[in-house]
Amino acid sequence: MTAPVFLLLAVLVVAAALTVVAHPSPVYSACALVVTLFLLSVFFVALDAQLVAVLQVIVYAGAIVVLFLFVIMLLNLTQPESRPTAGVPVVAVAVGGGIGIAALVAAALRRVPPAGAPALPEGFGDTAALARRLFTAYVLPFELTSVLLLVAIVGAVGLASRKG
Amino acid sequence: MPADVAIATAKVLFALFLALQIMGLGVFFERKVSALIQDRIGANRAAIFGFAGLGLVNTLIADPIKFLLKEDITPAQSDRLLHFIAPCASLVPALATFAVVPFGDVLALGGRLINLQGAELNVGLLFVLAMASLGVYGVVLAGWASNNRWSLLGGIRGSAQMISYEVAMGLALIGVVLTYNTLDLQEIARAQGRLLWGWLPAWGILYQPLAFVVFLVAGIAESKRIPFDLPESESELVSGYFTEYSGAKHLMFMMSDFVEVVLVAALVTTLFFGGWQVPYLARDGFHFPWGTAVALPSLVVALLQVTAFAVKVIAFTWLQIVIRWTLPRFRYDQLMRLGWKGLLPVSLANVMVSALLVLLAGRGA
Repeated sequence: MTAPVFLLLAVLVVAAALTVVAHPSPVYSACALVVTLFLLSVFFVALDAQLVAVLQVIVYAGAIVVLFLFVIMLLNLTQPESRPTAGVPVVAVAVGGGIGIAALVAAALRRVPPAGAPALPEGFGDTAALARRLFTAYVLPFELTSVLLLVAIVGAVGLASRKG
Repeated sequence: MPADVAIATAKVLFALFLALQIMGLGVFFERKVSALIQDRIGANRAAIFGFAGLGLVNTLIADPIKFLLKEDITPAQSDRLLHFIAPCASLVPALATFAVVPFGDVLALGGRLINLQGAELNVGLLFVLAMASLGVYGVVLAGWASNNRWSLLGGIRGSAQMISYEVAMGLALIGVVLTYNTLDLQEIARAQGRLLWGWLPAWGILYQPLAFVVFLVAGIAESKRIPFDLPESESELVSGYFTEYSGAKHLMFMMSDFVEVVLVAALVTTLFFGGWQVPYLARDGFHFPWGTAVALPSLVVALLQVTAFAVKVIAFTWLQIVIRWTLPRFRYDQLMRLGWKGLLPVSLANVMVSALLVLLAGRGA
């Protein structure tokens, strides 16, 4: 990805992300979230991770935010929610989070090799390579995550049916 | 380098052109085949300079012109920006999907081999699912932004329906992926060129008949047409999510419906009916099982393949139109029961059995 394209996308993605937080209407926030996630997937494509890019769109933009919108529409939240005014705790959390992210970025930048990125291994980012890692080296975390999701689904159904 | 750009542009434009042409034909079927089924004459009123001989062709031109010239009304109290974005959000993902659908094998031209596919993406099948999942936004936003109860109901129904049937659709596709061991649509189409027992083309339907049925049903549900047209329901919701749309925006919703029909037809063709494969036609010509071989130049082979692809897609477009004019609409609970208790278990079982067979065979078929 060339520098101008990167800068353009970066500006767009930050603008969309800010809209998510700052827009008074929940529907617009959700739509801006879709745009943010979609633009992020473009960065993944540029990083030779086509699979991650497509999964990002399918799972987050295509499924999760649709559910957000669905709930917003069902509850008919057309009136902008009254937002908490930015008191000391909110500012403190924001500043603390910002410092934390800056530290993470700084730590990540220190690990980047100084001259040019190394050549990508054969089959980098394709489905077969990713699946092989996922089902061999990371099979335990993967299965644990599945169990966690299953428990969450059972819990959601349990809670919903108790009310009804 | 400029040649590469020109070729890539030409390929994308051709894929789009093919899709839109077949969509026009779909409208033709919708008008004339429905008339045939209902024993009426069908559209025959549009005349150009008193010439109505090509009645229907004139209608196909007159329809969009009428839509484009009509007043574009945005209802008061509606959300103007989202009302404007919704039809675009509906049409663009449907058209973008055609980028990964292969319409031919390779064309040897001026010393280079041109892969006849808009965009070579090694996760093409997932790209299809991603675009399908983005198509929901057009429906949801249209329903919400119109500030109309019917539209809102249509939008909510639409999003619930599309999410439900995407699950079954994705699981049906897993069976296909297990069979062909790739996510690239072009590779899937190429793999279907092999012959079983030396004479039977190994099309996907032979390996994955259940996946074909589930995919077709889920595909029709995704394109929101009868018997799955609850989001639109002309007779109860007055067109549902696009009640409040007129003029060009209404045209865009109609277009995206028909483009999705063609898209489902193109995907069914590519995944289950050999895509652009013509039986016994290889890159250098025909090789019949009884030993006759007919050598053909690359251009003729490519033309035959594109024609075969178009004919198959048109056949499945026609099938979907006939289904639309044959069946009544589902009730909402029937729709959800079919999706979650019918298609989902069937497609899950299909994945299990396919995986078992692939394991027993030792590799992808």
